[in-house]
Amino acid sequence: MSTVSEIRVRAGRRSEMALLAISWVIIVLARAQVDYNAAYLEISVIALYGLGTAVLMIAAHVVLDKVAPNADPVLLPAVFALNGVGIAEIHRIDLAEDTSFANAQMIWMALGVTAMIVVLLVLRDHRKLRRYTYTAGVVGLVLYLLPLVPGLGITVNGARIWISILGHSMQPGEFAKIALVIFFAGYLVTNRDTLALAGPKFLGMRFPRPRDMGPLLLVWAAAMLIMVYERDLGASLLFFGIFLGMLYVATQRLSWVLTGAGLFFIGGTVAALTIPHVRSRFDAWLHALDADTYASGTSEQLVRGLFGMASGGLFGTGLGNGRPDLVPYAESDFIIASLGEELGLTGLMAILTLYLIVVQRAFRAAIGVRDGFGKLLASGLGFTIAIQVFIVVGGVTRVIPLTGLTAPFLAYGGSSLLANWIVLALLLRVSDMARRPSEEAVPA
Amino acid sequence: MNEPVRRLSVVVLSLVLLLMMSASFIQVINADDLDQDPRNVRTLYKQYGNFRGPFVVEGESIVWSDPVNDPYNYQRTYSEGALYAAATGFYSIVYGRTALEQTENELLNGTDDSLFWTRLGNLFAGEQQQGASIELTLKPTLQQVASEQLGDQRGAVVALDPETGKVLAMVTSPTYDPALLASHDTAEVNENYQELLNREDSPLVNRAIAGDTYPPGSTFKLIDTAAALEAGMTGDSELFAPQELDLPGSSNTIGNYGGESCSATDTISLSDALRISCNTAFAQLGMDLQWSVIERKAQDFGWTESIDIPLAVTDSRLPESPDQAQTAMSAIGQYDVRATPLQMAMVAAGIANDGVLMKPYLVDTVRASDLTVVDVTEPEVYKEAMTSSDANALTDMMVGVVDNGTGTAARINGVEVAGKTGTAETGQDTSPHAWFVSFAPADDPAIAIAVIVENGGSLGDEATGGAVAAPIARALMEEALRLQGEGNL
Repeated sequence: MSTVSEIRVRAGRRSEMALLAISWVIIVLARAQVDYNAAYLEISVIALYGLGTAVLMIAAHVVLDKVAPNADPVLLPAVFALNGVGIAEIHRIDLAEDTSFANAQMIWMALGVTAMIVVLLVLRDHRKLRRYTYTAGVVGLVLYLLPLVPGLGITVNGARIWISILGHSMQPGEFAKIALVIFFAGYLVTNRDTLALAGPKFLGMRFPRPRDMGPLLLVWAAAMLIMVYERDLGASLLFFGIFLGMLYVATQRLSWVLTGAGLFFIGGTVAALTIPHVRSRFDAWLHALDADTYASGTSEQLVRGLFGMASGGLFGTGLGNGRPDLVPYAESDFIIASLGEELGLTGLMAILTLYLIVVQRAFRAAIGVRDGFGKLLASGLGFTIAIQVFIVVGGVTRVIPLTGLTAPFLAYGGSSLLANWIVLALLLRVSDMARRPSEEAVPA
Repeated sequence: MNEPVRRLSVVVLSLVLLLMMSASFIQVINADDLDQDPRNVRTLYKQYGNFRGPFVVEGESIVWSDPVNDPYNYQRTYSEGALYAAATGFYSIVYGRTALEQTENELLNGTDDSLFWTRLGNLFAGEQQQGASIELTLKPTLQQVASEQLGDQRGAVVALDPETGKVLAMVTSPTYDPALLASHDTAEVNENYQELLNREDSPLVNRAIAGDTYPPGSTFKLIDTAAALEAGMTGDSELFAPQELDLPGSSNTIGNYGGESCSATDTISLSDALRISCNTAFAQLGMDLQWSVIERKAQDFGWTESIDIPLAVTDSRLPESPDQAQTAMSAIGQYDVRATPLQMAMVAAGIANDGVLMKPYLVDTVRASDLTVVDVTEPEVYKEAMTSSDANALTDMMVGVVDNGTGTAARINGVEVAGKTGTAETGQDTSPHAWFVSFAPADDPAIAIAVIVENGGSLGDEATGGAVAAPIARALMEEALRLQGEGNL
C-alpha cells in the first residue's frame, strides 16, 4: 500500500454552502430563463422550484455536516449544477413538445438526493463494502444481463439495455456499473500483486503471464456478450473501460491496458462488421453527412444534433430560444446537443468542465484515502463518470459512434439519475475519509 | 496506487479536451457549412417560425399568423390576399419576404428595438409574445373599387390623400394571392411560384410603384403648365399651336390627336391647350421654356429622387440634356420621360394640396401586441412643388379638362373634378397606355388619383386616357366622396 504524506485540509463545509448558493442561483435562473424565452415567466412557479431545490441542497448539506463533515466541498455543488441545468433544458423540451419530463426528473432528483442521504447515513465507512465484493460482482453481472431476459428486456432504438417491470422501464446497467466498480475494487485490491507479475517481454514492454489472463478474458467475454446481445457499443465500452481503468490503477501496468484495448478493438471490429445494428451505428458515425446514410435514416438523429449545435455557435441561442426539439430524444440521449444549441460552445465547455471537476475531485479522494480498496473505489467511480461522459458527448460530437448511454446528472432518466446520485454518495464517503485529519483516520 | 491515478486523471483530461475540440469543430469551424446544409431546416424555422403580427386595414386584420401544429408553429393567413398583395407582399418559407412583409419584418416578428419595453412588459402577462400589428392607410372599399374597375386589364391605380400623403389605394393588375406562396408545402410553393413567374403578364410585379416605369404622355403637360405658370405665364397666355410642328434638326413632326388642329388661328391659350391636350402647343412651350425649367419643375414633384413609402419606389426618369427636338417630345411626356403611377398621383396630390406635396406613406400606426401604440406616421411635407396661387390656377385649368375637355368621362354631378388625360405612345405596333390623373373635390380635395391602363386595356388601339382611364378614376372619386360623406375619409 502506498503511503500518503499528510495534507492539511479544511473541512470546507462553509465553502460548500457558498458554492451551493452559486449553484442554486445558476439553476434557478436557468429555469427562469427557459420560461422567459420559451413561454412566460410565472414567478410563483420559479419560486416553488427555487424553494424545492434549496430544501434539497440544505438537506444534503446538513446531512454531510453530520455524517461526513470532511467530505469534498466541491462535489455536491457541481452535481447540483449539472442536475439543475439538465432540468432546465428538459423543461425547455417539454415546452416545445408538450411533454412533462421535467416534472418527473425533479421527482427523480429528490429521490436521488434522498438515496444519497440514505447511503451516507447507512454506510459510515466505505471499507465495509469490501465484504460484499463477490456479491456485488454477481449483482452487477445479473443487472447487466437482465435486459437479455425474454419478456423483461425491451429494445429501444435497436439497443437492448432497458428492462420493463410493472410498466416502468429502467436501465439496470446504470446500477450495474456501481456494483461492478465495488466488485473490481475488492477483487483487484486482493489480486493486484499476482496480476502485476511480469510475463514475457514484447515490443519493449512486459506483458502479463498468459496464465494470469483469465480474469481479463472473462470480463472481455462479458463485454462482448453485452455488445452482441444487447447490441449496445456504449454499455459494452463503459463496462470494459471501467475494468481496464481500474486494472491499470491496481497494477500500474500499461501492458494490461494495451492487451485489453487490443482485444476490445478486435471484438468491436468484428461486431461492427457482422452485427447490423452496430454496423449501422458505425456507418452513421463515419459517413454521417453522406446523402445515402442520411437518407436511409441511420445518421439523421446524429446530423440533426450537429445542425442544432452548429446553430448554437459560440454563445448559443440562449435557453429557450433554440429549436432543440427538432432532434429526436433531445431530452435524454441528445441533451448535450440541446445544451450545445442553446448555451453554445461556451456553455458546453462549462458543462464539460463541471464533469472534469467532479472526476478530478474523485481522483483527488482516491489519492488522499489510505486504503487500497478506497483508492480503487473512488478512482473507479470517477473514471466511470468520465468514460460515460466521453461515450455520450463523443457520440453526439462524432468522436466515436453514437450509443444509447445518457449524460450523467444531465439527461432525462430515472435510473441514470438515481444511480449517479448514489455514485456521488460513495465518492463523498471516500473523500470524507481521505480528508479526515490523521488522528481520526485510525481504523476503529 | 497514486501514480496510476494521476496518470488516469491526465487521460481523462485529454479525453475531455478531445471532446472540447470536436465540439469547437462542430460549433465554430464547421458551423457555417452545417447551417447552410440544405437538409438543415433549423435556419428556416428560426427565421419563419415566429408569431408574426397582423396587417390591419380599418380595424380588420387582412393578414395574420395562425398557430398550426407543424415545425413552423404559425401559418401566414390571408383574408383577401390578392386585393392587398401589392402592399403586403408575400411571406414564403421558400422565396422569402417581399413588400411590407419585408420592410416591416422586425416590427412584425417583434424583434424591433422599439418593442423592447413591450417585450419586457409582456413577460408577466402570460401571453405568447406576438409581433406588432401594422395598420395600413389603405381603404378597403377604394381598393375594392379600383380592383373591380381595372378588372382583367393590365394597369395600376394609386390614390393619395393630398393633405396627408396617406396612400388610400394601391392596386396593380394582374396580381396574385400571397397564400399561394405562404404554404409550408415547399413543393407546392415552388410550383405556384414558377407558374406566377412564367406568366407573360407578370402578376408578381407591382406596377403602381415598381414595374417598368411608363411614359406619362399628356399627363406630363401638368408639369409643363406648372413650369409655365412659375415663369410668369397665366391661363390666358397665348401659345403657338400649329396643326403640325416641325422638330428642329429632324424631318419629323409632332401632330395632335387624330391629326386635328388645336385652333383655327394657330394660337391657343394655355388653359385651352391643357383642356384639349394640344400637343403642338406644349411641344413648342417646352422648347420656349428650355428643358432645364421643365426638368426642375418635374423634380419639384419628385422625379429622379428615390423615395420609399416604405416600399422602395422605382425612380421616375427624365432625359439627360435633350436637344430641341427631344425637348419637344419630352414636353408631351414621350421620348425618355418615365413615371410610376405613384409619381403621377403625387403630381395630382401636390397640385390638389395648394402646391405642397406630402410624403406618401402606407403604414399608419404600429401597435404592440398589447395594443399600445408603438409608432404613428406623422404626415410630412415632401416638397414645396409650386406656389399656392399657381396651384389654384392649375386646378382651375384641370377642372376645365373634366368640364369640357378630354376628361369629361370623369365628371361627377355636383362636384368639381380636376383631371388630366394622357395617351402615351408605346411604339409602332402596340396600343398606347391610357392615363388619367385627377383629384376631387377641386376646392377641397379628398383624394388624388393616378390611373394607368396598359396598352389601352380593353379598347386597344382606340383607347385614350379619357375613354379608358377616366371612368376608373371617376368610380374611385365617387367612392371617396361617399366615404367622406360618412366621415370615413
